[in-house]
Amino acid sequence: MNVSTEHPIASIEEVKSQRSKRIGYFFYRVRKSPLTLLGASIILFMLCVMLFAPWLATHDPNAIDLMKRLQPPSAAHWFGTDEVGRDIYSRVVFGSQQSISVGFFVVGVAGVVGTLVGCFSGSVGGRIDGLIMRLTDTILSVPSLVLTMALAAALGASLFNAMLAITLVRIPYYVRLARGQALGIREMGYVKAARTFGASRWHIVRWHIVRNALPPVVVQATLDIGGTILVAAALGFIGLGAQQPTAEWGTMVATGRNYILDHWWYSLFPGLAILITSTSFNLFGDGIRDILDPKQRGK
Amino acid sequence: MDSRTVLSIKDLSIEFPLYEGTLKALNGVSLTVKQGEIVGIVGESGSGKSITAMMTMRLLGEGSYRVRTGSIDMLGVDILKASEKEICELRGGDVAMIFQEPMTALNPTRKVGKQMVDVIRRHQRVSKGQAEEIAAGLLSDMHFADPEDILARYPFELSGGMRQRVLIALAFSCNPKVIIADEPTTALDVTVQKQVLMLLKKMAAERKTAILFITHDMAVVSQFCDRVYVMYAGSLIESGSTRKVLHSPRHPYTRGLLAALPETAAPGTQLKSIPGSVPDLSKLPVGCAFQSRCSQSSEKCHQKPALAEAPQTDAHLCACWHPLTDLEAVA
Amino acid sequence: MTPTPILQMKDVHVRFPINPDWLGRPRQHVHALNGISIDVARGDILGIVGESGCGKSTLAQILVGLLKPTSGSLQLAKQDAATRSGMQIVFQDPQSSLNPKLPVWKIITEPVYALGDRPSQQAMMDLAKSLAIQVGIRPEYIYRFPHEFSGGQRQRIAIARALSTNPEIILLDEPTSALDISVQAQILNLLQELQRSRNMTFILISHNVSVIRHMCNRTAVMYLGQIVEVGATLDVLENPRHPYTQLLMESVPKLSDAGFSSDPAEKTELPSNIKLPAGCFFKDRCARATSGCQTPQALVTGEPRQTGHQVRCHLAYA
Repeated sequence: MNVSTEHPIASIEEVKSQRSKRIGYFFYRVRKSPLTLLGASIILFMLCVMLFAPWLATHDPNAIDLMKRLQPPSAAHWFGTDEVGRDIYSRVVFGSQQSISVGFFVVGVAGVVGTLVGCFSGSVGGRIDGLIMRLTDTILSVPSLVLTMALAAALGASLFNAMLAITLVRIPYYVRLARGQALGIREMGYVKAARTFGASRWHIVRWHIVRNALPPVVVQATLDIGGTILVAAALGFIGLGAQQPTAEWGTMVATGRNYILDHWWYSLFPGLAILITSTSFNLFGDGIRDILDPKQRGK
Repeated sequence: MDSRTVLSIKDLSIEFPLYEGTLKALNGVSLTVKQGEIVGIVGESGSGKSITAMMTMRLLGEGSYRVRTGSIDMLGVDILKASEKEICELRGGDVAMIFQEPMTALNPTRKVGKQMVDVIRRHQRVSKGQAEEIAAGLLSDMHFADPEDILARYPFELSGGMRQRVLIALAFSCNPKVIIADEPTTALDVTVQKQVLMLLKKMAAERKTAILFITHDMAVVSQFCDRVYVMYAGSLIESGSTRKVLHSPRHPYTRGLLAALPETAAPGTQLKSIPGSVPDLSKLPVGCAFQSRCSQSSEKCHQKPALAEAPQTDAHLCACWHPLTDLEAVA
Repeated sequence: MTPTPILQMKDVHVRFPINPDWLGRPRQHVHALNGISIDVARGDILGIVGESGCGKSTLAQILVGLLKPTSGSLQLAKQDAATRSGMQIVFQDPQSSLNPKLPVWKIITEPVYALGDRPSQQAMMDLAKSLAIQVGIRPEYIYRFPHEFSGGQRQRIAIARALSTNPEIILLDEPTSALDISVQAQILNLLQELQRSRNMTFILISHNVSVIRHMCNRTAVMYLGQIVEVGATLDVLENPRHPYTQLLMESVPKLSDAGFSSDPAEKTELPSNIKLPAGCFFKDRCARATSGCQTPQALVTGEPRQTGHQVRCHLAYA
């Protein structure tokens, strides 16, 4: 058969170069936005702190030294010490493990579960969709922080239960988001085409809906990590999160509150850690959204 | 400049900066439209025909493009240098525009009559009652049987063809000297298209309005336009009277395009397609943009051919080093 | 001698309920298809032409099983209707009909995969390669993603996907409307080559009369959910008998003559398909309407009968 091809031959190398060009474009956009770059650098720094905490810490975070209670920052104790003489710098360093892993765990679990449920709900439609939507409406109608606190209190005060509570409350947001995407994708030509092949519902959700619903979910997830760290800290602050003696930023700020007038360093450093980490995730998330948002992106 | 020239574009080059390099959207476009003339610009997607139309009223987002060379003179106003206020006075006054999608051009929440009265009163000092009369008169010129009924309706209560006729009536409401029409009938069915085109032509002839008509459809050009410019990859490659350009094309691209139409071939036979595809506007070759797809190309094509400046604008011009003679074109 | 049809539609009606009352019972119906009967024989290229609102797209959805007829029947000769592999579709817009997140080889072989037999990845890639070659896409390209292709190439990919299950019939729903003229020519040539080399059957839905004339051996003209004229393409388009077909053909802009000759139709609006007109659906726009048009019109077969030219107008052969 005599058919014309429209382009000269392309090799696998060219395919690879196309892909690296796309990645190059991504980094180009990140570089163009200094705030995104700042957010990304801080996140990278915080991840390093979390991974290398045992080496970065100058003291054992739980070592009690009653002789050195509530000492101000010094060469020996960079961020000072707390009411039982533990090194606050080391506790902040180890606290990153709690806070950041809570952020990733919650967003990861809520994102995956929410996306799957939302995509399923949106592509099935009908009564099942209605039921799932009324359920999410119910959860969304209660202020999320209040609900999280209530759930965490009901489950019992521990870091794991706090994580579970935050996750459960976050899921409906992702369900909503993914369902909205799925409703749009359901009308696309490729989904109609798949239906004409006789493809199963599960095939369509897996091949078409989830893959295309994902980019906005990823953006939302990046933005949510910062918020989740804040909520986890808040739960710690009111005593529903991590328990003493675990080094956790929110708990530390809460205990430090008792000494805040004379011993400013106690609450300041863990507070700053919370502020910087959650802000950097928000900056990065905003940047990612600008880059991935198809409306902002030229052809 | 001829006193009867209403629009004159000289050597216009526009580019869009990209992540890698620049997209050369227009490359030295020169064209003129005279009073009462219907001039077509025909080309495939990416040829720059819509960008040319947008530029005549500076409708592209400011800052997204760069003007490399050229000037646009619309009714004596230097469009590229004019202030936003001057341009706004032109838009909807002496120059009207008609677009492809008639739904988005009307506010869906307000009745057709109210919108027409607003537009009429913005440019003419008339009372509300007078404006309504003008609107009804324009609608009956557009062959609406019951204009009052249309004025009382919302845009979504009208069909696509009716909306486009309302918009044409609106375009004529301020007695424009020029109408820029960008694919106005592409979204319409052929029976409606015929009606809209004939009404547009009749109104323009009565009021001596010039029309710059952008389309991809050669057959519509042949029915509607006095003169036509053919665009390819941001350049004008052929111009002249519609009959000459479409019946004895001299540029290989124009001929290839006409030969690729199914109506010119016998049913069931193989169509003569143009090999290859439109070049990437950010990687245009040096010289003629059509050289890689052209059967006539030679060494000479590495220099860019130009549409020669001619004393009279209706001459048949062709930007090609190896133009086809009439005899070849007919064969 | 007419060959046995591989697709038969008998009096297919489709209506959609709208405007429900407080109990959810519809008060009115949109009548999308009002009695479509047509046979398609192997090797036919059947053109279906009509303007927006005539029911073309509803018909397409019925044919590929996205919708069920409200009444009437649809029979494919190859009765493995459980998988529906007898019919595949190529959509108008190659932009949205290919999933942007899948590599081309997965797109092409998706129908095979979705039908349940799960060949190995290597077998799927080989199949994708051979199909890509048949539609003029370089086999090295199958690892790429849709956005790296032009509109014409994407439509080739959509055609390759339609071929992957070896269907009896391919439904082409405005396959070139979104493409430029030079690319349209390439795609139409490809479709003709495929049809000849495989003796395939196509149903081509289009609003573009010249595409239909070029491609099809039989043509049906639709108006308000009915076939108003059907027959050999040249009979229907060159010697239209139905007043609507005549109006349509007069309205098509032609390259050959300068300027529209006749006056435009005064009435270009379709009658409502919620409350269907009594009698002939076209009578309000018809210049020749008489009292005989008050009764519903049936398809009248013209002479000579073997040409199969049928017109839904009692004046057609009067």
